[in-house]
Amino acid sequence: MAGEAIIINVARASLWLQPHRIVLILIALALVLAAAFFMRWDWLPQYYEMALVGIWRTLWILAVTCTLGFLLAVPLGLAQAAGPFWLAAPAKAFCTVIRGTPLLLQLWLLYYGLGSLFPQYPWIRESWMWPYLRQAWPYGVLALTLSFAGYEGEVMRGAFAGVPKGQLEAARAFGMSRWKILRRIWLPQAFYRALPTLTGETVLQLKSTPLVATISVIDIFAVSSKVRQSTFLTYEPLLLLALIYMAITGILVFALGKIEARIPNKIG
Amino acid sequence: MARIIELLSPTPPGWGGTLLVGLLHSVEIAAGAFGLGLVIGICGAYGKLYGGPVVRDLLAVYTTIVRAVPELVLILLLYYAGTDLINQLLTAMGYQRIDISGLVAGIAVLGFVQGAYSTEVMRGAILAIPQGQIEAARAYGMSPGLLLRRITLPAMLPFAIPGLANLWLIATKDTALLAVVGFFELTLATRQAAGVTKAYLTFFLAAGVIYLLLTLVSNLIIGRIELRARRGMPSLKEAR
Repeated sequence: MAGEAIIINVARASLWLQPHRIVLILIALALVLAAAFFMRWDWLPQYYEMALVGIWRTLWILAVTCTLGFLLAVPLGLAQAAGPFWLAAPAKAFCTVIRGTPLLLQLWLLYYGLGSLFPQYPWIRESWMWPYLRQAWPYGVLALTLSFAGYEGEVMRGAFAGVPKGQLEAARAFGMSRWKILRRIWLPQAFYRALPTLTGETVLQLKSTPLVATISVIDIFAVSSKVRQSTFLTYEPLLLLALIYMAITGILVFALGKIEARIPNKIG
Repeated sequence: MARIIELLSPTPPGWGGTLLVGLLHSVEIAAGAFGLGLVIGICGAYGKLYGGPVVRDLLAVYTTIVRAVPELVLILLLYYAGTDLINQLLTAMGYQRIDISGLVAGIAVLGFVQGAYSTEVMRGAILAIPQGQIEAARAYGMSPGLLLRRITLPAMLPFAIPGLANLWLIATKDTALLAVVGFFELTLATRQAAGVTKAYLTFFLAAGVIYLLLTLVSNLIIGRIELRARRGMPSLKEAR
């Protein structure tokens, strides 16, 4: 059995590794080697600790905003799919506004707009929140969370609406309470439906995180800008940055694909 | 309230005119980038569907990289690399260095990014055309150019419009990213106005309303175009 699997794998690999691909890979390798030898990388030892901290911060922002955003997206989707008018209309308006304006503008609105409003009120400055409100990252996290919730809320609306009626009727016939139906039947199935788009949205969210660098949060993008300013190099930090983002995207897609593969594919 | 109206009035003591100039630049760039993206998209889709193995692999690399790297990084990279490359070429050929205008650079960079997404949309749309239509056109002896113009493009339009509409909305919002490289469009205009007058909330909210209106108006127009492109086809509700 194992031998057969190996043969199939080898056959697949040889199918993928056609002659022109070998040439293309060699050209790509040559380009990478040329970049490694002819470009300046001597700044790396000095900055790599900072870069690791930056990568960590980017990943942390990504994880927090995706989690919080998804938690917010569930009620948003539910309100639009099944809520009464006075809940559905505000939820829809929120999603439209978030999806209709650039994230950079939302971020600057929160950071500069709210940030300039808060200090005018003494009770805010005396409250326990003030040390946080003076920093930049809460605004970045808030803006990215709201943005993710807006896009994902729309996805969840479709997912909730897509769960077959019969499932919910059967659950009601079993005498489940509304909360139990949501928890056991409706939400899991809607989640399975939303998962493929969730992968895409997570990658899009990763690609939005560098925007927080514009409000002075030091993520990996800000680190690369700092390197560019202090070493006067243009390409090297940017190329490395692009490579880092590609690696993170690759890992994300791979990991979420694994989770997706574990989900029963016959739903509905 | 009177102060807000005064701040937003289109004549010089107010900053409304500045915002409108910014909006004009944003729309110009979005339209240019979207158009360039369409051209790249059609070529890319043709390459992916009918090209040789090398072309197909290179296009796969292009779309994968562009979709995996943040737009902001691509904009910086292409903005510097693009202008640098052109100037180096010009000096190597013995010409003077030129200053590339922000408008052209912005359109080129965003168009390159849009092209990758557009390639995928067009590829899907071309695949959705009933194969018999293309075969029939070939059987009539149409040249590839005529086939593209008369059959493929019109027939794929209804399938491509939802994806392209999405891309147009992304293009209008991505122009805001050019504010980071210092191009004067709506978001940067807003930030300048807000910075000078210190009325941050007013101006950012005003710009938000402008972007939202742009999106809503675009949606209306797209709805019309879709209706026209789908004429003669079963309506979406019946098809489901």
